[in-house]
Amino acid sequence: MGFENFGTVSFTAEAKVADFVTYLEQGKVMTTRCKNCGAKYFPPQMDCPRCLGTEAEWFELKGGAKLITYTTVQYGPSGFEDDAPYTLVIVDFADGLRTFGRLSRDIKESDIKIGMELKVAPVKQANDRISYEFQKA
Amino acid sequence: MDEDVAIIGAGQSVFARKCGVSVRELCFQAYKEAMEGLDITKDDIDASITCSAPEYDKQRTPSGLISEYLELTPKPAFYVESVCSSSSTGVRIAWSLIKSGLHKVIAVIGFQKMSELTSREAAERMGRGGDIIWESPFGVTMPAGYAMYTRAHMAKYGTTEEQLARVRVKNSSYGARNPKANYRKELSLDDVMNSNVITSPLKMFDCCANCDGSSTVIVARGDIAKRVSKTPIWIIGLGAATDTMTMSGRKSLTGLECSQEAGKQAYEMAGLKPEDIDVAEVHDCFTVSEILAYEDLGFAKPGEGPGLIDDKETYVDGRIPVNVDGGLLSKGHPIGATGGSQIRTIVRQLRGEATEAQVKGAEVGLVHNVGGVGQYGNVTILRR
Repeated sequence: MGFENFGTVSFTAEAKVADFVTYLEQGKVMTTRCKNCGAKYFPPQMDCPRCLGTEAEWFELKGGAKLITYTTVQYGPSGFEDDAPYTLVIVDFADGLRTFGRLSRDIKESDIKIGMELKVAPVKQANDRISYEFQKA
Repeated sequence: MDEDVAIIGAGQSVFARKCGVSVRELCFQAYKEAMEGLDITKDDIDASITCSAPEYDKQRTPSGLISEYLELTPKPAFYVESVCSSSSTGVRIAWSLIKSGLHKVIAVIGFQKMSELTSREAAERMGRGGDIIWESPFGVTMPAGYAMYTRAHMAKYGTTEEQLARVRVKNSSYGARNPKANYRKELSLDDVMNSNVITSPLKMFDCCANCDGSSTVIVARGDIAKRVSKTPIWIIGLGAATDTMTMSGRKSLTGLECSQEAGKQAYEMAGLKPEDIDVAEVHDCFTVSEILAYEDLGFAKPGEGPGLIDDKETYVDGRIPVNVDGGLLSKGHPIGATGGSQIRTIVRQLRGEATEAQVKGAEVGLVHNVGGVGQYGNVTILRR
């Protein structure tokens, strides 16, 4: 199991960090920390360019997260025609990790405020696809 | 100045939604303008660098094809890519190949024929512009990336949609006078403000259009430049930098760090400051991109970029004229050709040939060319 069912449209499947998707199915949004030097990464990566380590451990992205910026896309690329409009966000976690993803459709564009508190959660989508989104904290 | 490097010729095709000719013929249009009036022939060019974004090309390895059409074989030819900043990357490489002594005269040819793709094919490529594992599956687009910078700039500094629109109003006023521009209609503030939202808060007229086009820059060793060109334009500053492909990797969302770093390098190499620049071409793929460039290049302090357009300081008779050829917003953005087109505009300004909108007495010009959503940044400083 790789990234073939991740997000609305996936473009490639194989990666050493494919456990990300397995964790999503178990209800957790995880990222990695280098086992050797402790560097934290998002997106997750097994390889550490800082110490050349190739082993990482997974930890859960949870707790307070803050909206840094957003946009609501009206015209999506191929495969997203029926998906638009959707809102893309950049969100910072308390430990400084900066992440990217979709905002829950439960939040109207007029209610979005930069700086608002959010949390991340896995979401099941149509056709057995899986993703994560940011929701009201 | 024998060891210095100069631009001796610069040309571009008309930029158009559909050029109606083949890629090689499109490139010839720019090459012809760049070579005309020079006391050299094709036999004096000892290498060519072709610049485009290959995902839009039907022809595989187009540098060989273009080299053949221009009869530059058997001289070495190769391909350079940094998406929208490909042709200024080509000029950087030409400079270093000449400086190293390996070559004397190099043709840097940029092109994109985006009309070769159906709109469906173009939309498919648009979807792969982000990190294909981590960001493209969410439906990120180029405009969306810049829209996120816009929102962050608005939140931090109070920048308004009207201020963005004023950039388009300015650029459209110059685009209307540029016979090589794709979009030649003047736009009012209302026209821009009332256009459809593409990705909030960016509207249709905040965005440049894909199109077909080519550019050519002929770069030469100093002694040759002085011999064959009436007015060589000297390359006195070069800066290049990168930022992350992922949006989540960006430390700042209120400025492009690749532009800031490339600008710093170029000013340092030239021994100049932002206030020494007489005329600039900046990468206005979106209105917000021009505002960010004002700040990233030091024409305004962080947060004060919108004030520069409010006060009309970037018009041709302002303190720092910017994009007085219409910019990408009016000219259109044939990805691989754009940097060369920007360089052509500055070369014409420094030679006093920009009759449509000449900055009086311009001696030093700056070209800022960005690839992706602030992923690759090139800054080039030129002097008469």
